Amino acid sequence: MELTAATTVRRAGTEVYAFWRDLQNLPTFMAHLEQVRATGDRTSHWVAGAPFGRDVEWDAEIVDEVPGEKIAWRSTGNADVPNAGTVRFVPAPDGVSTEVHVALVYDIPGGAVGKAVAKYFGEEPHQQLDDDLRRFKQVLETGEVVRSDGAPWGKRARKEFPQRPAQPLSDAELAEGAGQ
Amino acid sequence: MRANTWAGRNKVEVRDLPDPKILNKRDAIVGITSTAICGSDLHLVDGYVPTMQDGDVMGHEFMGEVIEVGSGVPADTLRVGDRVVVPFPIACGACAACAAELYSCCENSNPNAGIAEKMFGHPVAGIFGYSHLTGGFAGGQAQYARVPFADVGPLKIESDLTDEQVLFLSDILPTGYMGAEMCDIRPSDVVAVWGAGPVGQFAMDSARVLGAAKVIAIDREPYRLRMAEQAGHIPVNFDDVDVRLRLLELTGGRGPDRCIDAVGMEATHGSAHIAAYDRIKQAVRSETERPHALRQAIMSCRSGGVVSVIGVYGGFLDKFPAGAWMNRSLTLRTGQCHVQRYMKPLLRRIERGEIDPTRIITHRLPLDEAPHGYDIFKNKQDNCEKIVLKP
Repeated sequence: MELTAATTVRRAGTEVYAFWRDLQNLPTFMAHLEQVRATGDRTSHWVAGAPFGRDVEWDAEIVDEVPGEKIAWRSTGNADVPNAGTVRFVPAPDGVSTEVHVALVYDIPGGAVGKAVAKYFGEEPHQQLDDDLRRFKQVLETGEVVRSDGAPWGKRARKEFPQRPAQPLSDAELAEGAGQ
Repeated sequence: MRANTWAGRNKVEVRDLPDPKILNKRDAIVGITSTAICGSDLHLVDGYVPTMQDGDVMGHEFMGEVIEVGSGVPADTLRVGDRVVVPFPIACGACAACAAELYSCCENSNPNAGIAEKMFGHPVAGIFGYSHLTGGFAGGQAQYARVPFADVGPLKIESDLTDEQVLFLSDILPTGYMGAEMCDIRPSDVVAVWGAGPVGQFAMDSARVLGAAKVIAIDREPYRLRMAEQAGHIPVNFDDVDVRLRLLELTGGRGPDRCIDAVGMEATHGSAHIAAYDRIKQAVRSETERPHALRQAIMSCRSGGVVSVIGVYGGFLDKFPAGAWMNRSLTLRTGQCHVQRYMKPLLRRIERGEIDPTRIITHRLPLDEAPHGYDIFKNKQDNCEKIVLKP
């Protein structure tokens, strides 16, 4: 499965690049990522949530990098879901903003894990990546993932529907994790 | 708290709900002192705007007192105790749209941007109490509201102007003003405004403030036309006369130089067969609008004129007079109002007495009577023009 998406962030390329290059920031806006932990200068360990309480984990390494311009990575070892990605940072014509172009490739395997992962990405994986990039832009431009009363769960809102009514949350709903 | 909520098609209900809480660091909680029912609320209640849910808190015109601010709101922008008018589009102040003062197109404030994108091609800003398409934000027809990006939107009122003098800075006054401003009015211009509801009335007043030679009000409700006439505008009742012929008469055969559509998707029309055509198509969802005012504005406008659209449209329409638009060099301009851009300058105009926003208020009701308010406003009973609700 190949996915591409792009967004434009109204911040300098150095800042946008630096936020992404600190890979531990990725789970703040990518819905399916639980954790990314740096294990070396170019190596990292990734954990993605999957259905039925099963996590998918893999190691990754940065295989190509031009500071301020490009980061390319791929999974290593026996990843459950072998994957690779590239993100390019391109100055936008306005002289202020930075275009962020992302390309991902997933090798979805057969068997139970493959089925679970495919289902997890849902029917519209492009939508998922678009929404991830929207949250990336929100975090860089506004400092946070934006929450509304109908969609209060931030990046946990993996699907935009069904939503709860647009009314204030009860204490129980708040305790469930909105606003954190 | 008490809040007026959407309870299904053509039904609103005042219910007890939890008080709002801070969800993002830049939120504020406002204790509402005055709120209003807007014509565009009727499109939500009528069921013409998709993605409403049972229990959604209605309302996007509100003001009140700040009772709590999040940790990300700088103290020099907003503090507890400030008296504020809250603009209906939620804007982050940091994206390219906000930098260009296109606040209603904010790129960050709609968490449901993916849905809006499917409907509109690109997403639009979050709006209070205005469907999940525009974010699923609880509205302001309530005792309290959560206001995101509170350091960007709310306008502090530091003088002793009454709520009724400043409340409409939240939407309908800037919306009417933007409708006139988009016309690039010159002193010799005749401006025709379709719709003498609250937004139409303010578009008329704004056209005059911006220097129009003559302002024409088009509607079918005698009480609305009387209100426009009392403010110095020329009434045209489309039930009594052929609008295009009357406009030609009033402009020496040229047609109005500038036309403003302050009606939107639920236009009514004197010609039964055209009205029936649109009603049927809208009912079976094969067009989402009844764009009669827009069609008539385009057909009536003088060649080379401007048609400015501030009435709300939601989706798709047909029988758009593209031939008239293209062949006669018309300019079509439109937008949900970029309220934040207009609040301060319009506050000054109110202070100087150039515009009197209170002239359109016909009803003042307690919040608990909101359903009755929707009823008389929608059905144009009891000469209802604009209702202010008091929580």
